[in-house]
Amino acid sequence: MEEKIAIIEALLFASEAPLTVERIVETLSDTEKKEIVSLLEGLIREYDARGGGICLREVAGGFQFRTRTDLSPWVRKLKIGRSALLSPAALETLAVVAYRQPLVKAEIDRIRGVDASGALKGLLEKKLVRIVGRKDVPGKPIIYGTTRKFLEVFNLKDLSELPTLRELRDLQEQQE
Amino acid sequence: MSYEIKLDVFEGPLDLLLYLIRKNEIDIYNIPIALITEQYLSYLEIMRSLNLDLAGEYLVLASTLIHIKSKLLLPPAEGEGEEEEGEDPRAELVQQLLEYQAFKEAALSLNERPLLDRDVFTRGAASEEEQTTAGEADDALIEVDIFELVTAFRRIIAGFDRKEDLEIDMEKMSLTDTINEIMERLSEEGQITFSDLLGDRTDRRRIIYTFLAILELMKLRMVRAYQSGPFGAIRLFPAVEG
Repeated sequence: MEEKIAIIEALLFASEAPLTVERIVETLSDTEKKEIVSLLEGLIREYDARGGGICLREVAGGFQFRTRTDLSPWVRKLKIGRSALLSPAALETLAVVAYRQPLVKAEIDRIRGVDASGALKGLLEKKLVRIVGRKDVPGKPIIYGTTRKFLEVFNLKDLSELPTLRELRDLQEQQE
Repeated sequence: MSYEIKLDVFEGPLDLLLYLIRKNEIDIYNIPIALITEQYLSYLEIMRSLNLDLAGEYLVLASTLIHIKSKLLLPPAEGEGEEEEGEDPRAELVQQLLEYQAFKEAALSLNERPLLDRDVFTRGAASEEEQTTAGEADDALIEVDIFELVTAFRRIIAGFDRKEDLEIDMEKMSLTDTINEIMERLSEEGQITFSDLLGDRTDRRRIIYTFLAILELMKLRMVRAYQSGPFGAIRLFPAVEG
């Protein structure tokens, strides 16, 4: 038991991207998925209880060690000049893509009331948005969706963790 | 009639409209179209007077507002009153606004999450972005768009006394002179911030000329404007060395 926790901790430490439970199952061939999940949960609690600078979090369908949020001022000093902030236009565009995906650019333009080409290009370059395919209508417009990196950057387990759009829900109820 | 001039960073016509609705504390389901249309148009006028190239979308919404206003002025068609009241001509716009507002809020709440490389960090492996931008000295700077320039401009003129604005300065100014002056300072100092250029100018005309000169230089791709973050100082660099 202790040994397994140590192995999982080592795997998490060595992994470059969030580590999925499936990958851990592959590595620890004699252990059930259920057991690994509970070991991971134990590890999360252990790190939280320790109150150190690192915590284990579930993001983008996997698990990853991350620094504690409230320590960001110090870590940022170390990483000075490396964080790329998103402009309000990029954030809005990203929100529309995240909530309405898969969707075409015309839909983003309609919702935001402006042409989203520039913002979309930036998001594609930052690998937060990707081209999912082409819609089978005249002109074959490109369909966009969010990436795994989007989940990693925004600290989301999966898309279902996105908070619901309150106003939209209210609006739909009113129409019914 | 005077309006408080407040050109915030509008992300588009819907953003501007939402801003006006909030500013007037209006119920979004019952928008006084005449008032809002008037204010909306006066904002477009301000933007035009600054020689900003207004995106076509702003004009589309302006025409929509005027169309709705005219519909509201017409008496309801006969025979319609008995049944349900004719559909509110504002309904479609309201729905679009609510939808946009929801996404705007969603964007804000996304931004409040603990973001990777801003609030939380993973173990020190270089991320893709770091690798691609490695070696670039100014990678903390982001290129600014027209709205941020307008915001900076507004910040500079915000502190002014209105009286001061009315004093007429007969000093002759030309855009060419201002452009030359900026280029000269740039070639001497290498880089210069927007507020350095404007800070000691006390009258509106000089500021406008400086602002227009910068826009012109950006258009001609003779300078590049960068900003280290939202509301940070806007720095100008010569686009070509020497």
